Amino acid sequence: MKRIEVIQNVLEANETIASRNQQLLDNHKVFAINIMSAPGAGKTSLILQILTRLKGRLNIAVIEGDVASTVDAEKVQSEAKAVVQINTRNMPESCSLMAAMIESALKDMPLDNIDLLLIENVGNLICPSEFTLGEHKRVVISSLPEGDDKPTKYPLIFIDADAVVINKMDLLPHVDFDIATFRRSIEGLNPKAEVFQLSCKTSEGIERWCSWVLEQVETNATKL
Amino acid sequence: MHELGVTENIVNIALAKAGEAQASKVIQINLVIGEMSGFVPDCIQFYFDSLSKDTIAQGAVLHFELVPAQLHCRSCSTIFHPQDTLWSCPKCQGQSVEISKGRELYVESMEVE
Repeated sequence: MKRIEVIQNVLEANETIASRNQQLLDNHKVFAINIMSAPGAGKTSLILQILTRLKGRLNIAVIEGDVASTVDAEKVQSEAKAVVQINTRNMPESCSLMAAMIESALKDMPLDNIDLLLIENVGNLICPSEFTLGEHKRVVISSLPEGDDKPTKYPLIFIDADAVVINKMDLLPHVDFDIATFRRSIEGLNPKAEVFQLSCKTSEGIERWCSWVLEQVETNATKL
Repeated sequence: MHELGVTENIVNIALAKAGEAQASKVIQINLVIGEMSGFVPDCIQFYFDSLSKDTIAQGAVLHFELVPAQLHCRSCSTIFHPQDTLWSCPKCQGQSVEISKGRELYVESMEVE
């Protein structure tokens, strides 16, 4: 019997494809945001808000990740420049998008005509935290009905986020969500994350959020 | 529940390295897994048994070395193992912490014939 030293990161295969994706996006001057949350927190609603507000200034494409169905893709179809639906049910992982899925979705996208790519991940607070896709920014949405303890229960996804969105602010009078507790947890885990309080339903706070998105796209464009 | 893809990677790494070493059989694969990584060893072994079928890695034992989580307090630099879900620093009770160890998942070595 013989011992072989290996020392090889098991996630390297995903990370290699992710950096290739980012290179391809950079070559075409496309800025990509990976949007993650639990099911029902408002990923599609937030994407629709971005599309409505920014479609006059940016060409926006969407990749929709879901275990099954095309309902989300249908919702954003009319507003986006291009939409690709990925159904993960028959893929090696159904609980998260992975870099290889994005790589093949990018083949169907008119990248030269796109400034911003919004990637809606599968609704899940655990699995997507392990897989980078080639995105430039990672955004996590938490909504008030989920409770203010999510960063404590699922720290990894919040630790790697560039921005954290607190959605459904219109429900504040009706739920026991302590904004200060939530913000303190984020500040502890990830002091660099920008935090946004908004409601996709009433549009409260959406303007500040969309300015941030626009600013990220423009800042990245000047770097390329 | 997201172990299938990573197990495929483990099988690919093992077969590539065994090939380079001109081995005829993989006996054991030693993996290092962080306490904070979201991967479940039993689940990896389960997928491994199925994915390695009819390869020279069939029947190989996966050995997991668990790396305990280590947190670093940004306020007073204390290094500690989290005792509760709030991750507060035992020295200054600060809650601004970062993970310094415990997220890794890599193939450390293999035993082959």
